[in-house]
This record gives sequence, structure tokens and C-alpha cells, in this order.
Amino acid sequence: MADPFAFTCPVPLPAKDRILLGHGSGGTLSADLLREVFLPLFHSPILNKLDDQAVVEVNGTRLAFTTDSFVVKPILFRGGDIGSLAVHGTVNDLAMGGATPLFLSVGFILEEGLEMETLRRVTASMARAAESVPVEIVTGDTKVVERGGADRLFINTAGIGVVPEGVRLSPALVRPGDRVLLSGYLGDHGIAILAEREGIQFDTELASDSAPLHGLVAEMLKASREIRCMRDPTRGGLASTLNEIAARAGVGVEIDEGAVPIREAVRGACEMLGLDPLYVANEGKLVAFAAPGAAEALLEAMRRHPLGRDAAMIGTVTGAHPGLVLLRTALGTTRMVDMLAGDQLPRIC
Amino acid sequence: MRYIDEYRDPQLAQSLVTEIRKRVTRPWVLMEICGGQTHTLMKYGIAELLPAELELVHGPGCPVCVTPLDILDKAVAIAALPDVTFVSYGDMLRVPGSASDLFRTKAAGADVRIAYSPMEALKIARENPARQVVFFAVGFETTAPANAMAVWQAKREGLRNFSILVSHVLVPPAMRLLLGSASNRVRGFIAPGHVCSVMGYTEYEELVAEFRVPIVVGGFEPLDLLEAILMLVRQLEEGRAEIENQYVRSVTRRGNEAAQQRMLEVFEVTGRNWRGIGPIADSGYRLRPEYAAYDAELVFGVQTISAPEPPECISALVLQGLKKPHDCTVFGTRCTPATPMGAPMVSSEGACAAYYRYQRHMAPVNVPVNAPVNAPVNG
Repeated sequence: MADPFAFTCPVPLPAKDRILLGHGSGGTLSADLLREVFLPLFHSPILNKLDDQAVVEVNGTRLAFTTDSFVVKPILFRGGDIGSLAVHGTVNDLAMGGATPLFLSVGFILEEGLEMETLRRVTASMARAAESVPVEIVTGDTKVVERGGADRLFINTAGIGVVPEGVRLSPALVRPGDRVLLSGYLGDHGIAILAEREGIQFDTELASDSAPLHGLVAEMLKASREIRCMRDPTRGGLASTLNEIAARAGVGVEIDEGAVPIREAVRGACEMLGLDPLYVANEGKLVAFAAPGAAEALLEAMRRHPLGRDAAMIGTVTGAHPGLVLLRTALGTTRMVDMLAGDQLPRIC
Repeated sequence: MRYIDEYRDPQLAQSLVTEIRKRVTRPWVLMEICGGQTHTLMKYGIAELLPAELELVHGPGCPVCVTPLDILDKAVAIAALPDVTFVSYGDMLRVPGSASDLFRTKAAGADVRIAYSPMEALKIARENPARQVVFFAVGFETTAPANAMAVWQAKREGLRNFSILVSHVLVPPAMRLLLGSASNRVRGFIAPGHVCSVMGYTEYEELVAEFRVPIVVGGFEPLDLLEAILMLVRQLEEGRAEIENQYVRSVTRRGNEAAQQRMLEVFEVTGRNWRGIGPIADSGYRLRPEYAAYDAELVFGVQTISAPEPPECISALVLQGLKKPHDCTVFGTRCTPATPMGAPMVSSEGACAAYYRYQRHMAPVNVPVNAPVNAPVNG
């Protein structure tokens, strides 16, 4: 036998010839797309930071700038719709940089045949969401594509905000010893959407957590300036967010399974569907890394805010195992919390 | 969460661990058969709790892992046809065949859909009479009853646009092969609880009698597995070899006889090729001739597609419990869930993927392996 490890077995299929759904999952396939396609061609040092928002300085003012597209299906769901989500998502991307949101743009891609009533309903919901922030929608665009060219209605929003003096948030500032804070229950959005799509009923009402987080962030920044960085764990969930930060900061993260707040309905649905709530999307939660001395005060401040009522300290940053996220199980053992390649796939049995 | 949290209770787990430690006096190698059990062991880091004398090796009970290459190539060939809607359990979509997988086939324009049950595929067939709807019927005895039911129902309704691509495999023949192998190190088995919920455990009684090996039917929660391990340890330390049922809340000795009857009506036993292991006689199901009209291989004429399994990576040894995933030199480097080189890295139930996801931090880096790569137990 020649080299026994010169494998000829089940062809590793490189995901390079076509776009797969997994490229949009927020997992490692998404990261590959950034690394191999976008970043080398755009070569912007600001983009290369891969923060939720770009922070650019104009005449001494630091502006946060971000964009996000929304293709959620169904477009109306318990706890929100694609319109309010498009406002909250972009506001939250600004808020995670500590910015006060000011202006939004909106781009609609509409499928031929979409009911006018649906468009009105979604637009009214956007308007209400923007007003309650408040943030002003100041520019927009509409395109209509042939039936089948889009799935009813897609929305892109971009947003601009101002970063207050002295606020600097970045994964690069995260240090061993820092604490990890989570603003509330995990997985509500992803499971609410899935339930709607799959026709799953719960004993208790489960709704998307879609909400604008800038108010909570402002309260947190008032309580302490020793926040290192913040992220909203949207697609890919808490697990992907923690992995990104661990990799970017070159630190290890350890979380305590028992400390992570997850509702019974979400746990139940995940058990039934073979999913892990740590990877399920959230649209109204944030995870913050903070200096150990500031963590308690921050937690108090978060709990005083309606969107942080169920906030919890879920873990710590360590110098050991840089780039890895470990979870302490309820049984006292440890396991890794890995970044997924694509979307979570329901298991066979 | 009721009926779940009870089986994850840390205090009860600790008392089982204490009891196991008290009983163990010498080294034992135990194998859990089912991929779902492997997943739980990894996810909860159970090995960390056990005494060093106990070694857990992971069996071939991952349906995704053992589905042979030619079946995947057939699935891809059928799914790519323009009038076909191909319906599958989610984790089959990423499994690489010879040249493609179902995700890529979908990206290239095929109508490939994920379902939780073959009944969903049946519904799609009823609602889309102009399309041929094919369900990918993979799995062990656990998924076979639902697939049998779908075909039975389709025939009863006279549906002409529904068929299944069958790749069903059976646990006892694979265990018999492992037990008969000269290289077998396994001294006790945790039998797959969900397979036994359907089949009962009389077949395992035969294995116990034939090989004098203790077998405990086990569940899938941490306490189930710890209790099953304790039951095996007791038997081994006391020199007993018996069948015992830990998973009493789901498994009876004779199993679900209504399900078995429906399966036998629709399926018959046949030889199957197991990826990573090779052909095993009488180790699977195929549709009976009366149901030929629902056999996707015949309907689409793909029965001649063959894909000689290339000399496998060490998955052959991993699936037999002779090697651990991290004994492999490419584990976690060239072989990851994003770029699987062997089947056990593909499914979250596969031993390699479970190690990669949950226990990579414990693995020694690239331990060289001197064992031959290709050592199928049946030559």
C-alpha cells in the first residue's frame, strides 16, 4: 500500500462553483465568501474590520454607517413583520457600535403580483418602527421584478448614526478576564419564524423578539464605559457571534450552560426539531463583553431596561484556548461550541 | 422542560457516575450503536465523567454515515431531472456522492426540499400531480415504518407520481459482523433505543446468546446513557452476559408490532452495502415486488449507477470502533464538517462530526496512526 493517508475517499467538495444557501447562514461558508470574494476585491481597511457597522470620521464627527437586507419568510409573523424587522435590524447594527441612529434609507424589491395591501401593511409597520426609535427614513428606492424573480417582498435598509465622544467598541479591546453579558432569552425570533413556517403550535405564545436596542445600549453606556464590544446575535445565533469575537480578539470564551436564558417553548421546539438554541437567530438581543469590574453595574443597568429585564452574565473571557468557545455543561463537563458551516440541518432521527 | 430535564439532572448523573466508579475494577471497552447516542455523549462530555478504565467507542448507527456512495449518486441523478421534486431529511443534503451532493444539485436548479417526514412528501405529490415526487428513504429500523406507511398509503390512494429511493439498513446484522470480527475489542453494547422501540429486542437476545456479550437497550439522554453504562459495567464485573432494557419508558420486548407488520408488508430483507464497512448480507430493506411501481430506482432507471467505494479514509475503522476520530491525521485540518472527507464527518450524528463539534479541544493534535486504512471486517 502506498501512503495510507493519501485519501481518495468521499471527495471533499469545495463549495466554490456556485452559491449555496449555506453561504447566507452566517457560518463558516459566509465567512469564506467574505474572505475569498468580497474583501480582496473591495480592499477597504474599514470593511476589513468586519464590524456590524463601519465607523468613519467626517470633520471630527464619528459616523456609524451600516446596511442590511431582509428576505424573511413568512413576511408577517408573530411579534413583527419584514418591515419592522428591517428598521430594527439596521438600528441594532448601528447601536452595537454605540451609535445613536439618525437616518435610514429603504430599498424595496417587489415581486409582480404582490398584494398592495401587504405592501401598505409592511410600510406602515416600518413607519411605526422608525417613529418609535426615532429614526427618519430619508431616502428610498423601489424595483419590481417579474413573478418568480423574488419571493413577494425583499427590503434593504441602510442607516447612519453618530457615535458619542469617547465611545469605542471593538472586539480588539476584549481581554482575558472580561465578562460576557447577554440581554435576555435566546432563540425567540428563529423559533417563532420556524413555527410559523412549519405550522408548529406551542402551549404558550412565542413571538419574535424583534426590537430596537439603541435605548438599552444608551443606558449601558451611561452605566459604564468599560464595555469592550457588543454584538446582536442574529443569524447563526449566540454561538456564531461568540466564535467571531473569540477569533477576532484572539481569546477564548467560556460560557455556563445553566446561565444562558432560554424559554421552555424554545427549548422544547429545539428538542423536537433537533436544533441547538445557541445557533438560533435573535433580533432583539445583544451580547456585551465588559471589564470584570464593570460587569455587575452593567447587568443592573441592563435589567432596569425593559429590553434587558432578563439579562444574565453567561461567561468569561480567558487567555486559554484562543479562538475557541467552550461551554460548561450542567453536568460539570465541557464541550466546544463551534461555528457551523451552513445552516443547522434537522437530523434524521 | 418536563420529560427531558429529569433525564439531565446533574445530581442524579453524579450518583450514577459514583456508582459506576465503585463498580469498575478493570478496563472495559463499550460501544454505543446509535449516532444519536454518540451525539449525546459528546454534547454532554460524558466521557469526562467516567473512570479511565472505561473506553467508549462509537458504533455504525449513523444512517447518514453508512449510506453508500452509489445511493447518493442515484439521489443526485434523480433529483437533477426536470420533472422531479426530491424530498429528503435535512442532513442528507450535505453528504458528498462521487461528484456532487444534493445541496449543489439544488443550487444548480433542481427542486430539492427538506422534510421532517415522508408524509410531507406524500402531501407534495398529491398537490402536484404533474411532478414526480421522490422521498429519500434512508435510515435504520427507526425511520422504516414511516416510509413503509407512506408507500402503503400512496398505493392505497393510487398515487402515480410518488416513489421512494430506499437505502434502509438494519442494526443486528452489523452488530453480528462486529462481534464476529477477529479485531473486535468491544465487551458490551448499548443497543439503540429507538430502533428497539420499533423492533423490540428479541434479535439482541440472539446476539447475547450467540456471542455471550452483555447488551443493554439504552435511551438518548445523559442519564439514560450513564445508567446503561452502569448496567453494562455491573454485568461485566459480575461475569454476566444478558440483555437488559434501560429504556423501559419506550421499549418493550416485542416492540411496536403494528409498525413491524406494515414494514414487512412493504419491505423485504436484502443485502446492503455500508459506506465505510462494505457489503453485509441481509442487512437492509428493499421494496417488495408488489411495490415496484414506488421504487425510485426502477421508476427512473438508475439501478445500474454504481460507484465503487474508493479505499476509505479511516472511517472504516471509526465505524467499527477500532479507531477514534482524532486518531486520523486529517481530522480537523483537511477534514471538517465544511469539507468532509468521509461520511462520519458529515452528519451531526457521525462520530467524527460529533468529536469535531463538541470535543475538538480535548483531542491530541494529529496523532499518527499506523493501522492500515482499509480494513473491512468482512474482508
